[in-house]
Amino acid sequence: MKLFPVRGGVHPDYRKERTAEAAIVALPLPKALYLPLQQHIGAPAEAVVEAGQRVLKGQLLALAGGPVSAPVHAPTSGLVAAIATMTAPHPSGLAQPTIILEPDGREEWAALPPPIPDPFAADPAVIRARVADCGIVGMGGATFPSAVKLALGTEHKLDILLLNGAECEPYLTCDDRLMRERAEAVLDGARIMAHALGAARVVVAIEANKPQALEIMARAAAALADVTVVKVPAQYPMGSERHLVQAITGRETPARKLTADLGVVVHNVATAQAVREAVRFGRPLLSRVVTVSGGAVAHPANVEAPLGALVSDLVDFCGGLTTPPRQVVNGGPMMGQPLPSLAVPVVKGMSGILALTAAETNEQPSEPCIRCGTCVTICPCGLVPVEMAAFIRKEDIDGAARLGVQDCVSCGSCSYICPAHIPLVHFFNYAKGRLAEKAREARRTDRVRQLVEVHNTRLDKLAAARAAQAAAVEAARAEAAKATGATGQGGAS
Amino acid sequence: MLIAVGSMALMGGVLGGVLGLASRYLAVKENPLEQELQSLLPGANCAQCGYVGCGQAAAALARGEAPVTLCPPGGKAVAERLARKLGVKADLSGQVDKEPEFALIDEDLCIGCTRCIRECTADAILGAPKQMHTVLLDNCHGCAKCFKVCPTEAIKMCKVPVTLSEWHWDSPQAHSGRLH
Repeated sequence: MKLFPVRGGVHPDYRKERTAEAAIVALPLPKALYLPLQQHIGAPAEAVVEAGQRVLKGQLLALAGGPVSAPVHAPTSGLVAAIATMTAPHPSGLAQPTIILEPDGREEWAALPPPIPDPFAADPAVIRARVADCGIVGMGGATFPSAVKLALGTEHKLDILLLNGAECEPYLTCDDRLMRERAEAVLDGARIMAHALGAARVVVAIEANKPQALEIMARAAAALADVTVVKVPAQYPMGSERHLVQAITGRETPARKLTADLGVVVHNVATAQAVREAVRFGRPLLSRVVTVSGGAVAHPANVEAPLGALVSDLVDFCGGLTTPPRQVVNGGPMMGQPLPSLAVPVVKGMSGILALTAAETNEQPSEPCIRCGTCVTICPCGLVPVEMAAFIRKEDIDGAARLGVQDCVSCGSCSYICPAHIPLVHFFNYAKGRLAEKAREARRTDRVRQLVEVHNTRLDKLAAARAAQAAAVEAARAEAAKATGATGQGGAS
Repeated sequence: MLIAVGSMALMGGVLGGVLGLASRYLAVKENPLEQELQSLLPGANCAQCGYVGCGQAAAALARGEAPVTLCPPGGKAVAERLARKLGVKADLSGQVDKEPEFALIDEDLCIGCTRCIRECTADAILGAPKQMHTVLLDNCHGCAKCFKVCPTEAIKMCKVPVTLSEWHWDSPQAHSGRLH
């Protein structure tokens, strides 16, 4: 298959060899599982269980809180100990409502929805509903509810389901292992998703630095006419949705449009496997594979952990920490976000836990910009990081927006390459947050204005009605007076 | 019959004409800028700016008597919009955004007097005479008018908590004094 060049990008030291040969191992059931109600983009889920209630494996614990949301299920059978607020696995360290489940070790399954007999003959809406009910979200890290993404086929004419096995972030090998160990399941899930989307073809894109995965996936796909496995060059950020689509189709996704507008929808390999479990067996999303790595971890591994296991459980399972880490990161080292502590749970979008040493994070004080222009050359989105950062430094967020800061995918290539160690991507994350905040404020003001208008019209109407009523009463009284007057006159004559 | 219809029609026509002419020649001079500015303000007439309502605030802005940063509930977003409309450079550095608030009614103290309901311009309070009241959080924009009239001090203003989806990174300059 012909590939197309993608501009810019960097070639970080991949450091995948630490876990690439580590087969997926299951984490023994921890003493307690902590299931946050928000593990996805969109509205938080709403708890439907109470403290003290016994639940079975796969039982619904929290219902989706809106059209863009995802439910949460019990990863094992046990007792709901409490529903409390707990630090979220999020850089803010904010607390969020969390269901605390104490496993009883019996692993008793709840009554699951029946398997969909022939997914390829089923109505796409049935598959979407199943995916939504099973709480599946984008497992590459974006955590967007998959059912919503699968509905793109209803509005767009889709050609390709692009299965993202690029895994361009250094350290991470969870998708690599998944493709090597469960190739058939991944491809089956991908084909079910392609059917739900109405896409005729499945293209599996894997970076060249995963030769075994490429070989195994190609072998598994050999018998399937609609699946193509493609080797894409190892170039960060190849796994970014828009860049992967560009590499495969040669077309660039326009700003603030979706790849679906080009007829392509991108899903992660782990999501495909979860969709298969949901459709073929009715099993909700209960666990995920997490790469536990970094220089401070004694025995790096790929761990299949039940959702809600603590990060510290996984780290202990991997032999604990050899040195105090400089930073514990959720996700990869390029785009991952720091974790507030080890006492936070594994969530649906957590692809990696990296305990990085000071040597690995290589933090340096930033120096003045030397105007080398490297960030401009390597920006995979074709933006001008140096100039945008200058605007943001002066708090001119709109100026940065005019230069396209909203089109930045926060890949961090600019920060990585900057010889002056300027935290460029940090500036852009800040600017994007501010822009979103401003949009929210403007929406709120508009909403208030609308409410006030409705309120005022209502008051006006009420006043008018009252005036009309008063006038009617007055008229009736006058009429009555006239009538009495008339009778009086009549009597006199 | 015809005379009645004809005279009424004639009167209607003549009086309508008079009204039309009056509206043209006796119109109160209104600054169109005021209207535009008023449409940028929240419109809740909360009076936190010191003027009676948004209309008066807009008039003051149009006359250049009030700074664009006058609207506390509107925050920076409204200040920036006003500055753009007026073509002035807003100095937002001194502007500390009042953190968004919402009103909360302590149900044990509420006596159901409905005073707050009459104050609320956004229909955000639900209740009836001698019945407990409650605030619809989605509609409340924290103007604190209800807070001021409550006879039993049952209403308190709470900070809107930052949620996970609303949180964002602070500027890299925020903590480390000088960053390049």
